[in-house]
Amino acid sequence: MATLRRYVPHVVLTLGAGFMLLPFYWMFLTSIRSPAEIFDISLWPIPRNFDAVENYGRAASQVPMARFMLNGVIVCLGILVVQVLTAVPAAYALAKLKFPGRKLLLALVIAALCVPIQSLALPLFVGLAKAKLLNSYFGMMMPFFLSVFAIFLFHQSFRRYPDEIVEAARMDGFSEMEICWGLVLRGSLPALAAFSVFSLVAHWNDLFWPMVVVSDINLAPPPLGMLFFSDAESGANYGALMAGAAITTTPMLLCFLLARRQFIAGITMTGVK
Amino acid sequence: MTPQSLDLVGVGKGFGADDILKNIDLEVRPGEFLSLVGMSGCGKSTLLRIVAGLERPDRGQVFIGGRDVIDTDPSDRNLAMVFQSYALYPHMTVRQNIATPLRMRRLSLPARLPLVGRLAAPGAVKAEIDRSVLDAAQMLQIDHLLDRKPAQLSGGQRQRVALARALVRSPAAFLMDEPLSNLDAKLRAHMRDELAALHRRLGATFLYVTHDQVEAMTMSSRIALMSEGRIEQLGTPDEIYTRPATLTVARFIGVPTINLLPVRIGGDGVISAYGRDLGLRSHHAAGPATLGLRAEDLHRSDEGFEVRIHRAEMHGADRFIQCTLLDDASVRFTLRQSARDDIGADGDGRMRLFFAPERAHLFDQSGLRRELRVPEKAAA
Ligand SMILES: Nc1ncnc2c1ncn2[C@@H]1O[C@H](COP(=O)(O)OP(=O)(O)OP(=O)(O)O)[C@@H](O)[C@H]1O
Ligand SMILES: [Mg+2]
Repeated sequence: MATLRRYVPHVVLTLGAGFMLLPFYWMFLTSIRSPAEIFDISLWPIPRNFDAVENYGRAASQVPMARFMLNGVIVCLGILVVQVLTAVPAAYALAKLKFPGRKLLLALVIAALCVPIQSLALPLFVGLAKAKLLNSYFGMMMPFFLSVFAIFLFHQSFRRYPDEIVEAARMDGFSEMEICWGLVLRGSLPALAAFSVFSLVAHWNDLFWPMVVVSDINLAPPPLGMLFFSDAESGANYGALMAGAAITTTPMLLCFLLARRQFIAGITMTGVK
Repeated sequence: MTPQSLDLVGVGKGFGADDILKNIDLEVRPGEFLSLVGMSGCGKSTLLRIVAGLERPDRGQVFIGGRDVIDTDPSDRNLAMVFQSYALYPHMTVRQNIATPLRMRRLSLPARLPLVGRLAAPGAVKAEIDRSVLDAAQMLQIDHLLDRKPAQLSGGQRQRVALARALVRSPAAFLMDEPLSNLDAKLRAHMRDELAALHRRLGATFLYVTHDQVEAMTMSSRIALMSEGRIEQLGTPDEIYTRPATLTVARFIGVPTINLLPVRIGGDGVISAYGRDLGLRSHHAAGPATLGLRAEDLHRSDEGFEVRIHRAEMHGADRFIQCTLLDDASVRFTLRQSARDDIGADGDGRMRLFFAPERAHLFDQSGLRRELRVPEKAAA
């Protein structure tokens, strides 16, 4: 009975994890199967005809996959860097400085968390179009530069940084910026890691906004590229499509695995789940 | 740096609706060791933080060395502070922690940067800083810990690092917020001596917050006793102990706590308790009052009040005897005896106690000290 009670949660969690991973497994499976087997519902990992080389070869050669990836890297890193540069000082001010209106500003930040990008898409699109910034990296990045989620996450983490250390630093003559970046952010590296993973994954996988602002295939990040790809192939070659998807998913997987420990510490510490 | 005076004039501070500090006037003379004592939450840390410039008072002025510093940044006040929670920089080693106050003052911004700094920092200054760090660490016996991070230290070790970080400079004054509170009894006694010696050697101004009266009594040149955001009494340890200005002061200072006997002042000035003339007189208005009696001023006496003994506590050379008055069981007394003597109780655990009248303290109903007279004939 006691052993049962010990194992039940693990069994349940394993089943849940298996269920969540199923689409990824299917993606991988499809990417190594031959077209004839694509619609088999068998989950057996070894296909009768091993078409991995063919599928991945096509995914890599028929479309500029490297170009898509490079676009993705530029856009994601650009967004992340500006988000961190703006959110960290804002969160520091909200968490550690005293000024009138602080509570109101924090409430506004939290309120802004509830606004989805879709509802802002139209004004942003019109604005970018007027500024002739459609079909540019900037156009893809701009709406995400100011992240209230980042401000909120860092605020939650910075708040827990001991006030007396900040005060000791002020007495020692550190500037507020030195305190913010050198002390407080340094004490919140897990939050930084967690946010980086959130942000990179979200924008790497984002299809909506690039589709709105980019029509030039040379600027397309991987998901949009995949879309062009499937159009070009008239959607017939699922094996190659899934191979492309597998290629684009891998960097995010690596990114998460590298930051896994920090990421988990970050989300549990900041109370954001 | 020569020691500077610290002056607070009419300082008041509130958080929200609560008035935490009410009109504080305090002068810390140059080179003086002044202790701030008081119950937890009475505003000691807040007062210290106002002097440091970390908190802005709602009212009043702060002077350091006669200079008004109300608009001066904390770093420009040239004060060194030891925080109640140590406040060590967690990512720095002990060595870097202690060096920081010096680096921040003597090295320019580029010289402080991690990589560029190696090239930009003048070697002589760095060597000097290293030497000062080592001196401070040796004084506090933490030189073997210099390469550890704060997280790898015990509470007592962290506290000593925090002290070293303050002592590495020679500021206008030292502000210390309960710097010994987390040390074990032995190390605390040792550090008390060290700090007192250090104060003598440096001749620096110390404003020292503690709730440990032994620390305050043994180290300070003067003590300021705070209660509910006010300074109840400011005086030498001797004055505070022998002439407490209020009941609060009397109750706070002294181990064991002072004994309180409810008394009445009669219309003729005669002070009596439970219908007995105590042989004391007062000019104060008639009415109820309180007599404060130190444990060491009580003694056995056949004409005294009868008490029932509850407990005898051994404290090495002394013995504390706790008893209640037979006339009124809510009045508790603690008597201090030499442990060599016999307790002197009868078979039922009772005995009779009286006090040295000239050492009694009289407090009126509002808790203020009132003068007592001991008429010649009544000195029993
Ligand atoms: N930033 C603040 N906001 C609101 N109230 C505060 C703040 N800082 C201190 N207080 C209140 O002011 C009072 C005095 O605090 P303070 O820290 O000065 O006490 P203390 O005498 O140092 O006590 P202790 O001996 O426990 O350290 C407390 O009641 C505390 O709750
Ligand atoms: Mg305090």
